[in-house]
Amino acid sequence: MKVLHSDVLVIGGGLAGLRTAIGARRRGMEVSILSLVPPKRSHSAAAQGGMQASLANSIKGFGDSEDVHFADTVRGSDWGADQAVVRMFVHMAPKAVRELAHWGVPWNRVKAGPHPVVINGEPVTLQEPPSAHGLITARNFGGTAKWRTCYVSDGTGHSMLYNVSDQAIAANIPVHERMEAVALIHDGRRCYGAIVRNLMTGELLAHTARATCIATGGFGRIYRVSTNAVINEGMGAAIALETGVATLSNMEAVQFHPTGIFPAGILVTEGCRGDGGLLLDGRGHRFMPDYEPEKAELASRDVVSRHMEYHIRKGHGAETRFGQHLWLDIRLLGEDHINHKLREVKEICQYFLGIDPVHELIPVRPAQHYSMGGVRTDALGQSPQLAGLFACGEAACWDIHGFNRLGGNSVAETVVAGMIVGEAIADYCQSEAGQCAIDSALVNDCYRRQREEIAGLLASSGPERAGDLVRAMQDTMTTHVGIYRDGPGLTEAVRTLAELLARSRDLGLHCRAPGANPELVLAWRLPRMLKLALCVAQGALNREESRGAHSRVDFPRRDDSRWLKRTLARWPTGARQPELSYEALDVMAMELPPGWRGYGERDHVHHPDTARREAEVAAVRQRCTDASARQEALMPYAHLLPERYRRENERFEPPGEGEQ
Amino acid sequence: MSEDGAGVPSAVAAGSQDQGGTGRTLYLEIFRYNPADPDSEPQFRTYPLEETPGMTLFIALNLIREEQEPGLQFDFVCRAGICGSCGMLINGRPGLACRTLTASMEPRIRLAPLPVFELIGDLSVNTGKWMRGMSERLQTWVPATVDADIDSIEAPMEPELAEQIYELERCIECGCCIAGCGTAIMHERFAGAVGLNKVARFRLDPRDTRSDGNYYELIGDDDGIFGCMSLMGCQDVCPKSLPLQTQLAYLRRKMLRAGLIATG
Repeated sequence: MKVLHSDVLVIGGGLAGLRTAIGARRRGMEVSILSLVPPKRSHSAAAQGGMQASLANSIKGFGDSEDVHFADTVRGSDWGADQAVVRMFVHMAPKAVRELAHWGVPWNRVKAGPHPVVINGEPVTLQEPPSAHGLITARNFGGTAKWRTCYVSDGTGHSMLYNVSDQAIAANIPVHERMEAVALIHDGRRCYGAIVRNLMTGELLAHTARATCIATGGFGRIYRVSTNAVINEGMGAAIALETGVATLSNMEAVQFHPTGIFPAGILVTEGCRGDGGLLLDGRGHRFMPDYEPEKAELASRDVVSRHMEYHIRKGHGAETRFGQHLWLDIRLLGEDHINHKLREVKEICQYFLGIDPVHELIPVRPAQHYSMGGVRTDALGQSPQLAGLFACGEAACWDIHGFNRLGGNSVAETVVAGMIVGEAIADYCQSEAGQCAIDSALVNDCYRRQREEIAGLLASSGPERAGDLVRAMQDTMTTHVGIYRDGPGLTEAVRTLAELLARSRDLGLHCRAPGANPELVLAWRLPRMLKLALCVAQGALNREESRGAHSRVDFPRRDDSRWLKRTLARWPTGARQPELSYEALDVMAMELPPGWRGYGERDHVHHPDTARREAEVAAVRQRCTDASARQEALMPYAHLLPERYRRENERFEPPGEGEQ
Repeated sequence: MSEDGAGVPSAVAAGSQDQGGTGRTLYLEIFRYNPADPDSEPQFRTYPLEETPGMTLFIALNLIREEQEPGLQFDFVCRAGICGSCGMLINGRPGLACRTLTASMEPRIRLAPLPVFELIGDLSVNTGKWMRGMSERLQTWVPATVDADIDSIEAPMEPELAEQIYELERCIECGCCIAGCGTAIMHERFAGAVGLNKVARFRLDPRDTRSDGNYYELIGDDDGIFGCMSLMGCQDVCPKSLPLQTQLAYLRRKMLRAGLIATG
């Protein structure tokens, strides 16, 4: 058995993993990264529209601050988020954007003087002051009170990923490409690295480490219709679940993006609507203002996707041979804007639909897009159950998104969490707890179990085919665990998934070729994907309310009195189903007590503490005029941040009236 | 209540179930070779396939893997033309398979791996290793200060300059330009259009403080800008339509100048 060792093993070479690795490396740790694909091919590259950070440089961002970003994010989450962690996040986001500017990201900039934009379907001219010229600009996104989304045309994730990846090369961090972590090495209390399979040669090896970080992204591919890259099968979360110790949380919180192109499900950015694009139905009617008079197309994603599906069900979709869809209209933005700010969208439309969005409508329908749930961590990214195991980015439930993530907050989370978790890992490695003796018998045992499982699959001759079972899982998830859910459908989903999991033990492989063997890879991943799918479906069945993206037709109201809590899923070794437990969110510790989001349904059931906490918060706001004293009294969070990141963010001072 | 029939492709493949065919049968001639298998011989094998509306090579190859050849190796990640994983020779020409519609071709389609790169198996090549080596040799990064000030207002940049940098940064390192390059095929260490374009990108960037003399040290030889024979295959095949011809010509002038200054 080949054994490699480093201080820190980062699993996943996307933005979150790379930034974590750079942070730990800067602190003197030996870091290795494992990646399924060359890092620059990671799904981070697909983030198009931008990254939220309250820089407040452009005129529609004036007055923005961490406070406003905080409130938008908590409302977006439908109060499911951990508010102290949201505070850490909004404090860090401007620093992250500025760090990336130092590293070479060519953020679009403010141009002084008049420029035409489209707001609510109408052309408007904005006038940017000369003193802001050249600062990082921002566009509008859904669910935000200010234009806060910093961007690089519509290739923001690509640009971020390339510059961060190149910084990782500059820091001489080794990336082991086409490597898959197949099991975590652990003793039930502490994690010691992972067993790894080389996807080119089939070789199995052990990679031990004092700290291990899962940064493998989401699990969208358990759905049939998803914007996700084909590698997003959630294996990082799955191997954490398979420890039988670490927990996943809020797995039922799955986001559907309003504008997947129809029928392929490829994403076109929310920036289309942020920049003024409209949603039209089969008759060409702009329908969103009928449902959301104020925010219209720019309510949060969960709300817009629900209205779209509802509208199609009422019979207002456009009909094609593939089924029904709606239209996205960006023609009103004009050719120049589309050619400069929405060029990936234009290419996608040309290549996959054969249309020019300057002149034609884009067929769209909501598609699975993001996993709010993931490996449960504390505020510094560590698993509460398994010491030495960290997670960040979409793979984690750190929990800034709760039950619905705002557009522009995920790509921001990747780098912000990377900055924080990289420091936390270095602190951990330098602490007493970070020291460890690695038991070779433990490593061996873990290695042997994986080797036996793979050998068993290669020799298998059962009647089932992995591809068939994967498709059945994806159909089940898209049919019964989608945008609208109900008890009977979810019960059916849980039953079907459990049956598929049982059948996945009777696979028969046709390809026994040595080396890379794609059939073997799929067969190995299949039961793990099914376990994740069961966590999602069971969590959705149990949660008898509607919150954020989790929408139960039979329980349409958000119920804070019963369900203001986080779902935790654990998979005991040898069990046939996940074991779910719940962690209450403490209303009395919230800076922003639960209320109406400003869009969507208004009729939620109150938590018994809400009124009392509201009164407390109001009293504190009246009593404390000093911002930092007020924050301390309401909800302290600064102590959670790494010391190097505690300073205040400087912000552009807009000129007063008449100075423009 | 259920969410019905929202779309088609999955991780495995797009179903051809209820959409009907186009009436065409495609014949995909695919290069097969598994270096890990001592019994494997390099060869082309032909796979027939019923075409469906809107079929891309992503869908076609997944269907072949699912229904006919479970061991077939190829690389797709985003399947949306943005990640650069699926570069291959499509009827002899480098291109991105995921966004190539079968309807745009004759029914007989020949697929081979990109040349120059190390073959992993069948259509899969190791572009990642090549690109990392190129990045290390050319130092394709902004030399970053460890403790940059990230609390204060950022340095301004001209909006047009930011757009110009992004124009060159749109490269997705798919390797098509390398596969289409006469020099790269003969000359293992040649930086190619992908590498030289990156240097051009960093040269534009005011945050990169290196001088032309510094860049000359990196690319002022036959492995760099002077290795280019101006065949411009790179520009012809670039899936992102990057202005490679202009960039290479401009960079050659600048490096020639830097070289003349350096040698007095």
